[in-house]
Amino acid sequence: MTTKRPGRNATPLKPKRAAPVTPPRRSSGARAARSAWRDRLESWRLHHRDSARDALLRMRAAPAATAMTVLVIAIALALPAGITVLLENAQAATRGWDGNAHLSVFLKDDVDSDQQRALAATWQARDDVARTQSVTREQALAEFRELSGFGDVLDALPDNPLPPLIMVYPVDAHPDQLAALQSALNAMPEVDLAQLDVLWVQRLHAMIELAGRIVGALTLALALAVVLVVVNTIRLAIESRREEIVVIKLVGGTDGFVRRPFLYTGFWFGLAGGLVSVVLVQIALLWIGSPIDELTALYDSEYSLVGIGFVNVLVLPLFAGLLGLMGAWLAVSRHLNDIDPQLL
Amino acid sequence: MIQLDRVSKRYSSPGMGSKDALKQVSLTLPAGELTFLTGHSGAGKSTLLKLIMMIERPTAGEILVDGIPLNRVGRSGIPLVRRRIGMVHQNHQLLFDRSVYDNVALPLVIAGFPRADIGKRVRAALDKVGLLSKEKLNPMMLSGGEQQRVGIARAVVNKPPLLLADEPTGNLDPELSAEIMDLFKDFARVGVAVMIATHDLSLIARYSHRLLTLREGHLVADRDETPV
Ligand SMILES: Nc1ncnc2c1ncn2[C@@H]1O[C@H](COP(=O)(O)OP(=O)(O)O)[C@@H](O)[C@H]1O
Ligand SMILES: [Mg+2]
Repeated sequence: MTTKRPGRNATPLKPKRAAPVTPPRRSSGARAARSAWRDRLESWRLHHRDSARDALLRMRAAPAATAMTVLVIAIALALPAGITVLLENAQAATRGWDGNAHLSVFLKDDVDSDQQRALAATWQARDDVARTQSVTREQALAEFRELSGFGDVLDALPDNPLPPLIMVYPVDAHPDQLAALQSALNAMPEVDLAQLDVLWVQRLHAMIELAGRIVGALTLALALAVVLVVVNTIRLAIESRREEIVVIKLVGGTDGFVRRPFLYTGFWFGLAGGLVSVVLVQIALLWIGSPIDELTALYDSEYSLVGIGFVNVLVLPLFAGLLGLMGAWLAVSRHLNDIDPQLL
Repeated sequence: MIQLDRVSKRYSSPGMGSKDALKQVSLTLPAGELTFLTGHSGAGKSTLLKLIMMIERPTAGEILVDGIPLNRVGRSGIPLVRRRIGMVHQNHQLLFDRSVYDNVALPLVIAGFPRADIGKRVRAALDKVGLLSKEKLNPMMLSGGEQQRVGIARAVVNKPPLLLADEPTGNLDPELSAEIMDLFKDFARVGVAVMIATHDLSLIARYSHRLLTLREGHLVADRDETPV
């Protein structure tokens, strides 16, 4: 009850060694044990390296099939990734519009210009207000006269029909905050009407949020598709290497040893698909980039297209690699036990 | 080295009934001895070897391999048992997608031998079977006898205490069979427990080794050192 090989596959059995044939690498002494341990680690590392390289070589040996699988994965990933980038762009673009969101507060006709100025100053001091801008009745009339060209009509009127106006710019343009500010102002005695004219901004926000959720669901579905594509690819790979698996098991290969090359294959497929999907998204962005630049130039906006982002360039392929690994794991645990020397 | 204690194996497949391939077989194989296992086709020879290799599990009875009670070995322990057994198959079970060298090296790579050791051991094994010059070839380019010798080299490359062979001379002419037999004798001489399953009675007749005979799954004769 003494010897037990260090490391993997610890078994409950403690073999007695009475064999006249020298068992491989089983010597006494701490140093020997340590060096055996190091050998083992080294050979484990080498097998990982070989499995990884072997998986790549096998993929290269069947370029058409490999390209097909990689492309399917890439497209499945490029869809949600591309739409996500577009959504980020939409959010970035509308963030500027939020800054212009404001309330037009029309005052009662009997509020004179001094009162109006005082009111504007008071409101500006509020925590939820960034700034205010007063438009007196006279200013409003002058502006209207200039813009509308109805000067003669206005001259014919006995009174200035335009109410005093204060534009209130909120600190936070979130729809909820705007609504709260609006009702607070509406409640004041001097106020005739606080008008919030940003319904379309709210709708846009709601739409972006909805789109985000749809993309979330889409991402989930397509990630599943990637896993299934890899499961199928690995299943075929396992099938085509049936004999090899049997032989490896016969000469004492552990499940881990048999599994390893397939796990690497799955990982590489995912990684390659992820990298290609990044390229696809960037190409798509370049393609739609110039019309957007024209559009923003037309609207005098400083906004320009946001790319996929450096972090995502790394994260997307790694995430895809993990999906591939997951698919390979599923395929291997489902199909490897079907292949047993018993079936010889 | 190997002990079987009242081992029985029943194959049962749904719808096809069941078949008792081995019935209450008890035997002991000591180290350093070559034993023939014979019997008619279907007598249970391969089944016996498969039980020792843990390719199949016995229905009843106990098997000890190198001191290990196989009944107590779980799925994850099977590889370690197999690494103690070299097995030569009738159809070699060689891999044709790699060289002779890589075929022979496989058990060492699997067992995690240092790379430097692997080269030495593989060449020693190939030298032993007289195929050192063919290490770079694909086994497909070898004759049947040479392929069988590659299979033997792979079986002994990690110096297992136990060597099993299932009809190792099945497809070979008498001269080649004699060469193969000489190899097995050499391994027994250095202390390996060797068991050769064969129904080739003319082969057995030429040697004076222990002979176990199966009939319908029963061990019916255990002849020791019968003269030629
Ligand atoms: N996997 C199996 N399933 C069902 N029956 C089997 C199986 N393997 C062997 N047998 C049966 O068990 C008996 C012994 O077979 P085997 O051990 O291969 O005999 P031998 O090697 O002596 O020719 C035969 O009748 C055979 O048909
Ligand atoms: Mg047989």
